[in-house]
Amino acid sequence: MMSADFLYGIEVVLNGLMAGVLYALVALGFVLIFKASGIFNYAQGVMALFAALTLVGIMEGQVPFAHMINAIFGTEVHHFGWHVPAFAAIIMTLGVMVLFAWAVQQFIFKHLVGQEPIILFMATIGLAYFLEGVGDLMWGSNIKTLDVGLPQGGSRWIEDMTASLGDDSFYGFFIDKLDMVATVVAAILVLSLIAFAQYSKQGRAMRAVADDHQAALSVGISLNFIWVLVWSLAGLVALVAGIMWGAKSGVQFSLSLIALKALPVLMLGGFTSIPGAIVGGLIIGVGEKLFEYTIGGMMGGATENWFAYVLALIFLVFRPQGLFGEKIIERV
Amino acid sequence: MKDHVDGYVTEDGRQIGDVMMDMRGITLRFGGVEAIKNISFDIREGEIRAIIGPNGAGKSSMLNVISGFYNPQDGEVWFHGEKRPPMKPFQVARQGIARTFQNIALFEGMSVLDNVMCGRLTQMNTGLLSQAIWKGKAEREEVENRELVEKIIDFLEIQAIRKTPVGRLPYGLKKRVELARALAAEPKLLLLDEPMAGMNVEEKEDMSRFILDVNDEFGTTIALIEHDMGVVMDISDRVVVMDYGRKIGDGTPHEVRNNQEVIDAYLGVAHD
Repeated sequence: MMSADFLYGIEVVLNGLMAGVLYALVALGFVLIFKASGIFNYAQGVMALFAALTLVGIMEGQVPFAHMINAIFGTEVHHFGWHVPAFAAIIMTLGVMVLFAWAVQQFIFKHLVGQEPIILFMATIGLAYFLEGVGDLMWGSNIKTLDVGLPQGGSRWIEDMTASLGDDSFYGFFIDKLDMVATVVAAILVLSLIAFAQYSKQGRAMRAVADDHQAALSVGISLNFIWVLVWSLAGLVALVAGIMWGAKSGVQFSLSLIALKALPVLMLGGFTSIPGAIVGGLIIGVGEKLFEYTIGGMMGGATENWFAYVLALIFLVFRPQGLFGEKIIERV
Repeated sequence: MKDHVDGYVTEDGRQIGDVMMDMRGITLRFGGVEAIKNISFDIREGEIRAIIGPNGAGKSSMLNVISGFYNPQDGEVWFHGEKRPPMKPFQVARQGIARTFQNIALFEGMSVLDNVMCGRLTQMNTGLLSQAIWKGKAEREEVENRELVEKIIDFLEIQAIRKTPVGRLPYGLKKRVELARALAAEPKLLLLDEPMAGMNVEEKEDMSRFILDVNDEFGTTIALIEHDMGVVMDISDRVVVMDYGRKIGDGTPHEVRNNQEVIDAYLGVAHD
């Protein structure tokens, strides 16, 4: 029989791990693009929002740009009157994200090759606001619920299985079913991304571009193609993150702010490391939940809002390249 | 010496083929600076063609024009009897022209094997989807390519470092890995930008032997830039000499060695 406090502590860690997986997922989108093109993509969070909006819109048969169409032509169209099954809608949304990736490369970054990182960064800020506006214009700005059939609520099974660990006051671990699904999906996504990068022809080309542009060109790799590919993969990651967070707390503007949660994760894990993004996400997820549980009460609560940033700041001082980032050595 | 029916016979009696690459009146400018001034020369099938000249003569620029890293303002590039439109470097690579770089451009974070496999990318045709799903076809392709890559690794005697990350290798071995990567593409034309720069005598001998063997065994046409005159005269069939962006000599090593303008350029006679 374990003490209730200890068991609650474990529950906090478990929930932290699962929150961490979602942070890692968002951070992964950043890492993919940054590694291959040196662009810090500020728009990653808005991409998640946009993907979720598009998914809801397609599923519910919304007419895109309905407001604009109605305003111009004096019509009253809002819905096509059909519903698209979740799976088909997800595939279609993925198609939209690939199209978006192509457009981003074709109309923006193709023209900015060789520019300073700060200029590329500014371009992604512009892109973020543009995409946010397009999302509003296409699908409307009201809060939407996203229901792709993922289970909701706590898992009774886990509660029943674990209740016997503590005394009568302990009812078993409360684990959100959606969090569990998200963890499994994120794990599968991460493993397949790593396998793709490691063993496929395009994955090898992707790593080659991340390593040396000139050498990549000399072995016949089209940088443009690879950049469209990584933006598409980032779009895929954004879609998965958008589905998970959207199912959890509704599809609304605040969803794009999860990108801000990814920043401390990146500082911890390093901007160029996929394992770093995962481990960083888990550390932040567990760290902030555990901190809130143990010390938070004494500090008036709501420490989750700032804990991750302070942790990242401490890391920046002692290990600026992050846990797994490449060490920057400058020869003089 | 020239015989239009039978191609071309070199000094040491080697028969080389028809014109493969024909540079016609190439002029390359950077802003107001003319790096290459109206230069024409050709590269014949199966030969080792050297481009030599003092520092800043425009040799590397010429190699960059051939490999598509620079597009000349004037002049035409003819490859296999066809005029080549302005191209990106990756498109030139896909036409069967592989190259190495003066300052070595390898994928430092990858293993030697992975680097050489990257050289095979132009030869692998499986599409994105079947790669992602990892169907039998993609797998078979990977295995076939691995075999050829292992052959090249054996050929260049770098088996012992197959799994080593390239970033950890010494300079001489890096040069050899870069050559292996270029060879993996089974190029029709191989461009080498100072393959022996910074090497000691022994390493230079090894590299010379590899270059000759590649030319001999695979029949690969090679164009190279080199500073070491002894090496150039030893291994090349024909030599182009550049100075201040102009061509001042073109011919067999023997002809070039006795060319007064070439002697002046190398001994530093004042330009008028």
